[in-house]
Formats: sequence, structure tokens, C-alpha cells
Amino acid sequence: MGIDVTIKRAIYEENDARARAIHEALAGRGVFAINVLGGPGAGKTSLIKALAERIVAAGERVAVIEGDLASDIDTRALRALGIEAYQIETGGDCHLNAAMIEAVLPRMRIEDGSWLFIENIGNLVCPAEFVIGEDIKVVVVGVAEGSDKPYKYPFIFNKSAACVLSKIDLKSAMGFDEAYFEAGLASAAPGAELLPLNGRTGEGADEILGWLRRVRDTAAKAAD
Amino acid sequence: MHEASAAQSILRIALEEAGRRGASRVTRLSLVVGEATGYMEESLAFFLGELSRGSPAEGAALEVRYVKTGMRCPSCGLEFERNGFSFDCPRCGSRGELSGASGDEFYLDSIEIEGSD
Repeated sequence: MGIDVTIKRAIYEENDARARAIHEALAGRGVFAINVLGGPGAGKTSLIKALAERIVAAGERVAVIEGDLASDIDTRALRALGIEAYQIETGGDCHLNAAMIEAVLPRMRIEDGSWLFIENIGNLVCPAEFVIGEDIKVVVVGVAEGSDKPYKYPFIFNKSAACVLSKIDLKSAMGFDEAYFEAGLASAAPGAELLPLNGRTGEGADEILGWLRRVRDTAAKAAD
Repeated sequence: MHEASAAQSILRIALEEAGRRGASRVTRLSLVVGEATGYMEESLAFFLGELSRGSPAEGAALEVRYVKTGMRCPSCGLEFERNGFSFDCPRCGSRGELSGASGDEFYLDSIEIEGSD
């Protein structure tokens, strides 16, 4: 006869422990890390570019880790702006994990007090399950993806502090039902911020950066 | 999905726990899985079967208990499980909110071992 043994251990306990260590190391140097999530083509890279340009213009430091294999061009474009950017070779993986970030960080020059944007792989399911050392998650949804996303993938919204609604200039052309989307977001992620963005003109990016500053300052105060 | 790497982690934990107890075999793996995680039992069973070959967990039965997404109604206070695509409260019809109480679980709940000291 077999013996039944209670275990109750998280399958991703090892990842969680790595992520905690990464977060502690980054926070200790005043680095605020944002895990940017969203489906393929949602506008993750456009958001990061728009924010990075503004951060550089404000005389602050910013670093970017690109997890999206298709965006090597964007890594080069960011480097051309003087932004520390690194491309993770993920192959066919469906999400970033803490070990990947752990491997990349020593190869990057991230100044103390920097912002760090980590662009996750285009996917609304798996990346929600993996912490990678971030302070917050931000999920990007383009209006062309439809207004039902919070209903279909509630957990990626639930784990995000804010939802950036991108390609907002296409809203009426796409017949995007904003009220339905907002209600779904409020259900899936009570208290999450909804932040519109027009990636082409940069409209909305100042407000998003302002919101990020407030979140970062609140986190810094709480840590003191 | 990433069932292959999940299966690897499940086996690592199960074999560690079995080894610590001096067991020679793991005959059952019982998982708790939040339905929102999207893990497929068939796929997990396939990778566990492949990856456990030659190990003490070879041939172990897989049991998966799925957990529904926990919701709370801000109007009437009812705690309920999400049913299908709707977030609405089954009692008063108001829009419910994810309570965070359940739905994203993914853990090894228990194992059955043999040949323990």
C-alpha cells in the first residue's frame, strides 16, 4: 500500500525565489522594473519607446530588456538613442522567466536609479504566471484586439497595476466598445488604472509616465 | 503552453520529497490547477510520462483538481465561482470582481509513495 504525503509546494517555487532575489538586488540600487505584457502587436515596443524617449529627455536613466525575438530592430533603435537595451534570445518560449533575467542582468550596464522596462513575449496567458523580478506589471491592449480581452484573459489583467489601451486613434474605426472593456477591466482587475495611448503621436505617454512616477515614488516611500 | 517545463518542475519536487522519505517509488502525483492558468491535463500527463521514464516516478498516476476563478459581488457581497464568460453575480446580477481567492493555483498538492522507511 502506498503512503499519501501532503506536499503543497508551488510548481514554480524556484522561479519565484529567483525573482525575489532579482527584485531585491534591483530595488537595492533604486532600479524600478516594469514587466510589460500584451499580445503580439499590442503596442508594447511603441509604449516602451515613447516612455524611454521621455525619460532620456528628462535627464534620467532607462534600460530595456526585449524578450520579443522579432524586435531586434527595436533594440538597435533604442541603443541609437543611447538607451541600454538588451535582446534576450528566447527561441520558441511563450514567456520570460526569472532565470532569463538573471542571466542577462550582469551583461547590462544599468545605472543606479534607472527605470528598467522588460518587454515580455507576446502572449496573454503564460507571462501572467511568471514573476521575473519586476515591481509592477503593465498590460498593453490595442483596440484592434477587441473589447473582450479582460473577459477572456482575466488573470493577466488581474496581476497588472495598469492597462495601457493603445492605438486609441483607431477606436471608432475598430468599433471598440470602451464601456464593455472598462467594465471587464474593473471586474478582472479592481483598482487597475486604464491609460490610453496613441503610439504614433505619443499622445498619452506623458500621462503614463506621470502615473509610473507616482507608483514608483509610492513604492520607494513604502520601502523606507 | 509550457507543460514540458512544468512537468520537469513537478517531477523535481516529487522526487525530492520522495527521496527525503526514503521512498523507492512515486505512484501518484496530485496537482491543484486554477482554470485560468490554461494547463491541459492530457498534455501534463504526456510530458510527465515521457520525463519520468527510468525514474522512481515512472508510471505514476496523475490526478488534477481544477479550481474555478473566485469572484466577489461588490453590491450584495456574495462570494461565487466564475461561470463561463460572465463576471455577473448569480444572485443579484451586478458585475462581480475577481476576489483573488482562487483561479491561478498551480501546485503539487500531494504524492503517493511506496517503499518508504
